[in-house]
Amino acid sequence: MHELAIAESVVDTVTQRLPGARITAVHLEIGALSGVVADSIRFCFDLATEGTGLEGATLEITEPPARCKCRSCGAGFQPDSPIVLCSCGSADVAVLGGEELKILSVQVA
Amino acid sequence: MCATCGCAGGERIRHQHDDGTWHEHGAHQPGGEHEQHRHDTGQHVHGQTVTLEEKVLARNDMLARQNRDWLRARGILALNLMSSPGAGKTTLLERTARDLAGELVLGVIEGDQETALDADRMRAAGCRVVQVNTGTGCHLDAMMVREALTALDPPDGSVIVIENVGNLVCPALFDLGEAHRVVLASVTEGADKPVKYPHMFRSADLVLVSKTDLLPYLDFDLARCTADLGKISPGATVLPVSARAGDGLGEWYGWLRQWVPAATPR
Repeated sequence: MHELAIAESVVDTVTQRLPGARITAVHLEIGALSGVVADSIRFCFDLATEGTGLEGATLEITEPPARCKCRSCGAGFQPDSPIVLCSCGSADVAVLGGEELKILSVQVA
Repeated sequence: MCATCGCAGGERIRHQHDDGTWHEHGAHQPGGEHEQHRHDTGQHVHGQTVTLEEKVLARNDMLARQNRDWLRARGILALNLMSSPGAGKTTLLERTARDLAGELVLGVIEGDQETALDADRMRAAGCRVVQVNTGTGCHLDAMMVREALTALDPPDGSVIVIENVGNLVCPALFDLGEAHRVVLASVTEGADKPVKYPHMFRSADLVLVSKTDLLPYLDFDLARCTADLGKISPGATVLPVSARAGDGLGEWYGWLRQWVPAATPR
């Protein structure tokens, strides 16, 4: 369950960037190919923020889909699983989106 | 009901944008916050939204880059060795250390939740070892590796294998500063592991299919496993090995030798 470590990294990063601030909302971006499950982050966010400046903050998560381009046939497509295969059969695929794991913004009280 | 967007209070809102992006946020409640707006005074008072646009793992990635630079400056090859628990990481390393003694100086960073059992085994095989116990942690991170490297103090031109915590999920996310990622998949786990844990196998430079001496007793379909790996991780090399019988070890040592740098004087 690396999501707890991820939630703790969010707390560390926000605390370092905005020392002493009371945060009322956090907006994350978690792509479909990031390897992180948004629901698991929601599950442990309260635990990770307890006793910090982020305690009680609301959590907003944007989940960009996987976006790929096939290097063999040039087709663009959105795979529905983490195994990114073009319908032409090629596995030589460039991942253009979906790997995001970012803190977009926070709201300060 | 929220006057701004019409949502009912007390529920979470999940919707999809035109580009396929999913978006979820708390309900907009009167008297509460509506994104950047407050409704408590009857007018919109802008709360201060601070744009960070920062990668969640930025600190780990920075430490990993520092580890990589530190290793490169000393001509040290570092491998991040990952697998599920019991796939044979330590057995492979023991055999490798004994077979290549005199050729390679092998140091090992052992990651486990508890015990120094693996460290004892590698020490007995003649390696310099640091054991990292992660407690409840399910993976090694770049900070742990940095501290372990300081404790290990490996000689220039040596090879360091970071034996990650046995887990096919979490370690895939954390760059440690390694030059290459090696993932073991044992034949006893079944041929479907690469498709079940694609994040891990997608990040591999080399996949060792281990315990092949047991193939006569199993229904493991090596051809299917190799074909699946070709789809998930087209750039990865796949080598079947048995640390017990010795099959395929020549190819594994050959793969290893190609990356061993000549020691560069500092």
